[in-house]
Amino acid sequence: MTHGRFGDFGGQYIPETLMNEIHRLEAEYERYKNDESFNNELSDLLKNYANRPSLLYRADKMTRDLGGAKVYLKREDLNHTGSHKINNVLGQALLAKRIGKTRVIAETGAGQHGVAAATAAALLGLDCEIFMGKEDTERQALNVYRMELLGAKVNAVTSGTQTLKDAVNEAMREWVSRTHDTHYMLGSVMGPHPFPMIVRDFQAVISKEAREQILEAEGKLPAAVIACVGGGSNAIGMFYNFINDKDVRLIGCEAAGHGVDTDKHAATIAKGQPGVFHGMKSIFCQDENGQIAPVYSISAGLDYPGIGPEHAHLHDTGRAEYVPVTDDEAVAAFEYLARTEGIICAIESAHAVAYARKLVPTLPTDSSVIICLSGRGDKDVAAIAKYKGVNINE
Amino acid sequence: MSRIASAFNHSKAFIGFVTGGDPTLDKSEEFILEMVRAGADLVEIGIPFSDPIAEGVTIQAANIRALANGATVDGCFELARRVRAKTDVPLVFLTYLNPVFHRGYEKFFADCSESGVDGVIVPDLPYEEQGEAKPIAAKYGVDLISLIAPTSEARIAEIAKNATGFIYVVSSMGVTGVRSEITTDLKSIIAQIRKVTTVPAAIGFGISTSGQAHAMSTYADGVIVGSAIVKLCEKYGGNAGAHIYEYVKEMKGAVG
Repeated sequence: MTHGRFGDFGGQYIPETLMNEIHRLEAEYERYKNDESFNNELSDLLKNYANRPSLLYRADKMTRDLGGAKVYLKREDLNHTGSHKINNVLGQALLAKRIGKTRVIAETGAGQHGVAAATAAALLGLDCEIFMGKEDTERQALNVYRMELLGAKVNAVTSGTQTLKDAVNEAMREWVSRTHDTHYMLGSVMGPHPFPMIVRDFQAVISKEAREQILEAEGKLPAAVIACVGGGSNAIGMFYNFINDKDVRLIGCEAAGHGVDTDKHAATIAKGQPGVFHGMKSIFCQDENGQIAPVYSISAGLDYPGIGPEHAHLHDTGRAEYVPVTDDEAVAAFEYLARTEGIICAIESAHAVAYARKLVPTLPTDSSVIICLSGRGDKDVAAIAKYKGVNINE
Repeated sequence: MSRIASAFNHSKAFIGFVTGGDPTLDKSEEFILEMVRAGADLVEIGIPFSDPIAEGVTIQAANIRALANGATVDGCFELARRVRAKTDVPLVFLTYLNPVFHRGYEKFFADCSESGVDGVIVPDLPYEEQGEAKPIAAKYGVDLISLIAPTSEARIAEIAKNATGFIYVVSSMGVTGVRSEITTDLKSIIAQIRKVTTVPAAIGFGISTSGQAHAMSTYADGVIVGSAIVKLCEKYGGNAGAHIYEYVKEMKGAVG
């Protein structure tokens, strides 16, 4: 059994060509994660560039409307670039520079991670290439142009299902071709060790802040924290500093697409099985031959057939709960949050809002829940209009 | 002596590859037998996978063709069984870990043994992770083939020492596919392998011409050709058999 495991999950299932590189990355990260000047530089960027700490906003109107626990929103949507992805890319871009890389590559689904990666690369003077499924480049054309504005090259991936999983395949193929100057800036808590740990550590700032903020506001811990889960980076960030608080429920919301009983969903925990893919042992949607299943969600960022290994472990041990949320529920929550609180959140984050609408009324009024609003929803407006049958082409 | 060992026993080995079920299992059987007739010393059968991350566009496309035509893991075992009934050529599966893991290591390697598959190459199962599969493979007399890459450096000795069957030396960075030029110092890698083991070392990735094959066979024990053969399958489909025979005959002559 190798290191880099979360229970049975995790590991380093990658081609031999990458093994020395990944070991080097691991050693360098272990060195820098406790390095004072590295951490000072990262803290400075998070505060003065990315707009941290993010607000923990008490959503009074939503609280009154739902009639149960007090609702707090962790406003990652207010970060620079509009999502939690900036937390990870600033850390990884600094790490890449320290270890002498001049170029970063990244996969992206909705484009949030791609935009964040391109941003960090622009700021820190790194060359940047993004791999994005062709279908996603069409769903998220605005983000493609955004990345190009930031100086990144965007490669539309035409293999497979042309979505996030194929973007990861193609980024891995690129990395295996060129490691000497290139860092793979993985965007979620997935892939081979040490990525699930590195990304988790950089995203853990979400729960570090939220835990302090809720204690300040309420004087006690929340009953539950809720986040959407694709690969699971905002969710692990939201969960991490609450894992040892056994009374705090950790709830991950998976994309159930048209429903978990249809073949159009991306609900890995609900419908997947253990497997090995993209460098990690975890849980994956797959068929009876172990072929990775094509998955579906209205949300490009959750449209992934697997889940990070630490989530698989949190599920296995029962510490976290994972619940499916359909497209319809997510779209309704997207509209609900806009009208109730005046916040247009990402369709990914709307999956968490949707489950909160069910949970909050069942909890006592002296308790609280925190929903991670992982991103803002400007990128989704056109797609939601289309979903609702509204023509907004000017 | 195992069938794999005997493949390297008399001369330098030519190792050919086809994706199982591209375009059909019947045709794969025919192509394999044509390779054997042309002098191939060992045949790799790719079990198609939905997401072959170590493959270039040629073999990716073959995986897609095979899956679209209904290829399954069971089907690839059936293919091996049919080939094994007709020839003693060593057969090695190349696939990704998930189809193996999903079937269960116990069942997968038992099925290898029963259907006459001598070894398995799994590009996403590096040395450190082999522990969960290798003892089970060994129990069924199946060699889990180790890969050594241009970037393996200090890892070479450790991997080579523990290798069984043969060692797959990856010629170049990147994914599979025809290359006009291979710049890795393969002689030095082979020399490092030689210091610690007598297990044969064959070079693959990017080899397509008889000139390349000949040059490599002067220091390696064998040469592996995949994409160049799969290109013939792509170009000629069900009629590729005669073309594969001619090509393999020429390549085997070059490694002789």
